Amino acid sequence: MSLDLLDPPATAATIPVLEVDGLTVSYHDGADWHKVVHGVSFAVAPGEVVALVGESGSGKTSTAQAIIGLLPDNGRADRGTIRLNGTDIAGWPDKRLDAIRGKTISLVPQDPGSSLNPVKTIGDQLGEILRIHGWRDRNAIAARSIELLAKVGLSDPELRMRQYPHELSGGMKQRVLIAIAIALEPSLIIADEPTSALDVTVQRRILDLIDDLRREIGTAVLLVTHDLGVAADRADRLIVLQDGRIKEAGPTAGILTAPQDAYTRRLLADAPSLSAPAVQRRAPDAAADIAVTVENLVQDFDLPGTRKSFRAVDGVSFSVPRGTTHALVGESGSGKTTTVRTVVGFQRPTSGRITIAGTELGGLRGEALRQLRRKIQLVYQNPFGSLDPRQSVLGIVEEPLRNYQPVAADVRTKKASGLLERVGLGPELWKRRPRALSGGQRQRVAIARALVLDPEILVLDEAVSALDVTVQAQILALLAELQRELGLTYLFVSHDLAVVRQISDTVSVLKAGRQVEAGTVETVFHHPFDAYTRELIDAIPGRRLSGRAPVQKEPSA
Amino acid sequence: MTTLDSAATDLATETGSASTRSIARSLRRLEPGLVLAWAVIVLVIAWALAPALFTGYSAVDGVAAAKLQAPSAAHWLGTDQLGRDLLARIIYGSINSLSGALAAVAVGLIVGTGLGLVAGSVGGRGEDAIMRVVDVLLSIPGLLLSLSIIIILGFGAVNAAIAVGVTSIANFARLARAEVVRVRRTDYVEAAFGSGGTFRSVLVRHILPNSLTSVLAFAALQFGNAILSISTLGFLGYGAPPPTPEWGLLIAEGRNYIASAWWLTSFPGIVVVVVVLAANRISRAIRKAGQ
Repeated sequence: MSLDLLDPPATAATIPVLEVDGLTVSYHDGADWHKVVHGVSFAVAPGEVVALVGESGSGKTSTAQAIIGLLPDNGRADRGTIRLNGTDIAGWPDKRLDAIRGKTISLVPQDPGSSLNPVKTIGDQLGEILRIHGWRDRNAIAARSIELLAKVGLSDPELRMRQYPHELSGGMKQRVLIAIAIALEPSLIIADEPTSALDVTVQRRILDLIDDLRREIGTAVLLVTHDLGVAADRADRLIVLQDGRIKEAGPTAGILTAPQDAYTRRLLADAPSLSAPAVQRRAPDAAADIAVTVENLVQDFDLPGTRKSFRAVDGVSFSVPRGTTHALVGESGSGKTTTVRTVVGFQRPTSGRITIAGTELGGLRGEALRQLRRKIQLVYQNPFGSLDPRQSVLGIVEEPLRNYQPVAADVRTKKASGLLERVGLGPELWKRRPRALSGGQRQRVAIARALVLDPEILVLDEAVSALDVTVQAQILALLAELQRELGLTYLFVSHDLAVVRQISDTVSVLKAGRQVEAGTVETVFHHPFDAYTRELIDAIPGRRLSGRAPVQKEPSA
Repeated sequence: MTTLDSAATDLATETGSASTRSIARSLRRLEPGLVLAWAVIVLVIAWALAPALFTGYSAVDGVAAAKLQAPSAAHWLGTDQLGRDLLARIIYGSINSLSGALAAVAVGLIVGTGLGLVAGSVGGRGEDAIMRVVDVLLSIPGLLLSLSIIIILGFGAVNAAIAVGVTSIANFARLARAEVVRVRRTDYVEAAFGSGGTFRSVLVRHILPNSLTSVLAFAALQFGNAILSISTLGFLGYGAPPPTPEWGLLIAEGRNYIASAWWLTSFPGIVVVVVVLAANRISRAIRKAGQ
């Protein structure tokens, strides 16, 4: 099969597929050049999986983009050599790189949702890479495309060929992108956070797929990820990046058991799958009063254009004692977000009873519902979308106070600034707009806004899922601290069981709108009786790490 | 002047809030085309406010001896059949064209944006009702609609402006509604309701400011179109009556002498084109700044 298109040098077995030496990357911001990658050097041997690990801003994506010549317009590789199969491709113009992109080196992009052209069929997009690299025979292209779709594990490949991206789920789109990346059996695949946008179970299947394909066609993989758990499970060697410099590099097992660098140790400690719970959780006190009760909640949605309806939540019940955390866990589409949106009163339940701090939600409308909202507040998943881009940080946090009985401007400012200090944002940030803040800072603003009305219950909808492990660990620690001090009750929604395990007392596992398991974290994690729960727990990345001595942040029992 | 001024202050606060270093940087990045566009608009506004500063001639009293003279040092753009200086007539005419265009944009902006805002915010039946009316308005060709309205209201500069304004209501309404619907779906609007915001407070604090950029850019674009439309109506004789030096009317009057005095149609025409292009350029800059 098309071996003639591949042209690996005869010595491929002895020289590295990729050799990066002293790579420096800068970005231009109007006036000055800012260096983001400072002389990074590493090599990838044929068939090897190397992981570039670091938090956002560490330069891992810039490094990957520089290798394949896809830096944004305001970026450039200043210095260094990039040898692909022995040929230095640094500084090649785009036209020349086009000949090797896809054929010798290919990319699996980060966001499957926006990486496929919405107006072209899957077959067209898959065939395109073959056409670009000289395939002319239509039937051969179609046959190869179907073969590739089957290879990446998509059911009914003939049908997929005719479908458009919006007809596919996120995991299926990522499979299509992988099919495009392996179409010409390149010697190196760069996978830039290939599963960050996906659920844990889907993530596991996609990573398994990449693993299998690598073994089958002998491609080397450069895996770019912020998740040390993923890197630990999949990579032969790790390269830890911070601020554009390599902090530590070496075989995965060696780094995990004996990290040399302080930064690596911090990453290991922050990775949720690897560390012990951040704080010792109290056992829920049976005598404590109940903050939230949900009984037999059912939520139907009308399907537009039909008389049918879709049951998103089907008979979910749980209760949360005051001062504890209850987690709702499941894959996307399991009904967990729908459940909490009903609990905070954004939609009316089809049936079932919800009681919030002693008030029944069912009959409330208009003003009464507005008054109840003082007691229950929601923190959104995406800190980039939940803050008004035109308001200042202080304005955002003050706003809820302006919605209820009049509060004098100086009292408002005092309260809001106090809370901003409390969540760790200094006065120098208060006048900024959200776009001038990092993801973690934005999520702190969102938490401050949710707390400014002194609510009793905080609903956190995937509130840390969009953040880096290090930032995630900081926000989780902040949440735990706030809960201890203010006696808050949390309803915590997440697809990430590792995080849930750190912060929750009790947990409900949802699948397709049904509650398949519920109980204390201890019981559910150690003695899951439902097969789906076991599957979720097995999908947590970082298994290879769990075997070794746990890294603990503080001595705990 | 409201549209342009608020657009200008918008831009001013953008730069004002930044540090001096970034001001210096944005100065270096200034696009010559945009500077030119602003220069044209400022010049035309100055003509409208203080025409006497730019010309010594009268716009309405001619010197019979100096009729139909070609452009010269004394009369830069020549004179018309009554010996009136063409440049003076263009300068004095700017107030008519500009105020007409502004009134037209104001009608479209206020009524159209209002309708769109209400439609996008209330949703459901109310939205359907408003948007179907807007669709009907949109289905009538602009010039035909303007002419019908003028015939109902009567001839004259003010009525011409209203007639032009009405034709843009539908476009403003559609744009405003689309923006409101987009902003309404964002998490921060829901979060504002979730933190106890009432319909009115959320509308004023979040929906309005975040949907206005596109509307403002469209208003600047519409300003150029309105000048063109008002000139068209003036040319057809539905606008201000002679001897008012309105730009469209100037072109219409010059038409009779096009074989012997080319300058009478060419120069007012060029002025209209340049002002419309400048407005378009500024509109594009506002849209870009909002992104």
